[in-house]
Amino acid sequence: MAGLTGRMSTVVKAKVSKLLDRAEDPAETLDYSYQKQVEQLQNVKKGIADVVTAKKRLQLQETSLQQQLVKLDTQARQALSSGQEDLARTALERKNIAQTELQSLDTQVTELEDQQQKLTDSEQKLRAKIESFRTKKEVIKAQYSAAEAQVKISEAATGVGEQMADVGLAMQRAVDKTENMKARADAVQELEAAGTFEDITALGPGEDDIDRQLKALSSKSAVDDDLAKLKGEIGAGGAPDAGQLPAGETDPGAGEPSKEQSA
Amino acid sequence: MIVRISGEDQYRLQNDLHERLNQLDSAVLGAIDADDEAAFKAAFSELLDFVRAKGTVVEEDEIETSDLILPPDDITLAEAATEFTGEGLIPD
Repeated sequence: MAGLTGRMSTVVKAKVSKLLDRAEDPAETLDYSYQKQVEQLQNVKKGIADVVTAKKRLQLQETSLQQQLVKLDTQARQALSSGQEDLARTALERKNIAQTELQSLDTQVTELEDQQQKLTDSEQKLRAKIESFRTKKEVIKAQYSAAEAQVKISEAATGVGEQMADVGLAMQRAVDKTENMKARADAVQELEAAGTFEDITALGPGEDDIDRQLKALSSKSAVDDDLAKLKGEIGAGGAPDAGQLPAGETDPGAGEPSKEQSA
Repeated sequence: MIVRISGEDQYRLQNDLHERLNQLDSAVLGAIDADDEAAFKAAFSELLDFVRAKGTVVEEDEIETSDLILPPDDITLAEAATEFTGEGLIPD
């Protein structure tokens, strides 16, 4: 035992032998194994449901972050057109963070989709093996002497057991990944709770702890770029202190001021 | 010989492919020892691809026990390092 197979085989075999613990009366063992298999299949289904739930949660957060992005962008524009550059900068910094989070959520949702697909495939395979086992056990019961049946049962049950163990490992991986993502999602929620994505105008410029963290965290140059861009957009229009958010009224043919990002 | 790729399928391979499998395995272990992520990915993919290319998939309603079990294709070097122990691929 070694190399690649080393630990994996050990883990799998340990699980399989658990399944075969009750190898006294062959017929009984068969039925017991089968019952265990069906139970396990239910667990797999539940595992898939958990992954789907985790995915939905992340998707909800994505939607919320997307709304924050729009809001922070609007706030940055408002701040700048009323001459509060510091405030605009803070808003853009927060927008930057939200954007980074959004990208990472995107990756995670894709990853979860992948896991979900894999688990669904595994479930189908396991189901097929169990179904095959069900047929086989009747044949074994009918056709073999007790001693022979013992051997046949071990073969069949080990085979199905291995499949089950494999699905078990896949589940474990999915759960681990989901846990990681949950931690990540919680972190985003904490940011939200800490007011990171809150209404920036309700806050004095750069005085709380979050702001200091924000500045450390966010990519400064990206924010500088954003700010310069926004200045260009708003400044070019020479927006008077109208205090309204669509400040770029002199833009030629910019139909939807709040969505202008093309120029 | 039956080889399972964890999370995928079981494959039926000719017994005389043992040696080649062992070679491919050595390359994977070498990459792990060298802590070389890129080399590990390449070597491990080669091993899996070899099994997929040379083997025929065991049907879903067939019940077979594997002679060896390979980790899932998305395993990382770090995971692999704790998973593998360093001897040959084929248990004897």
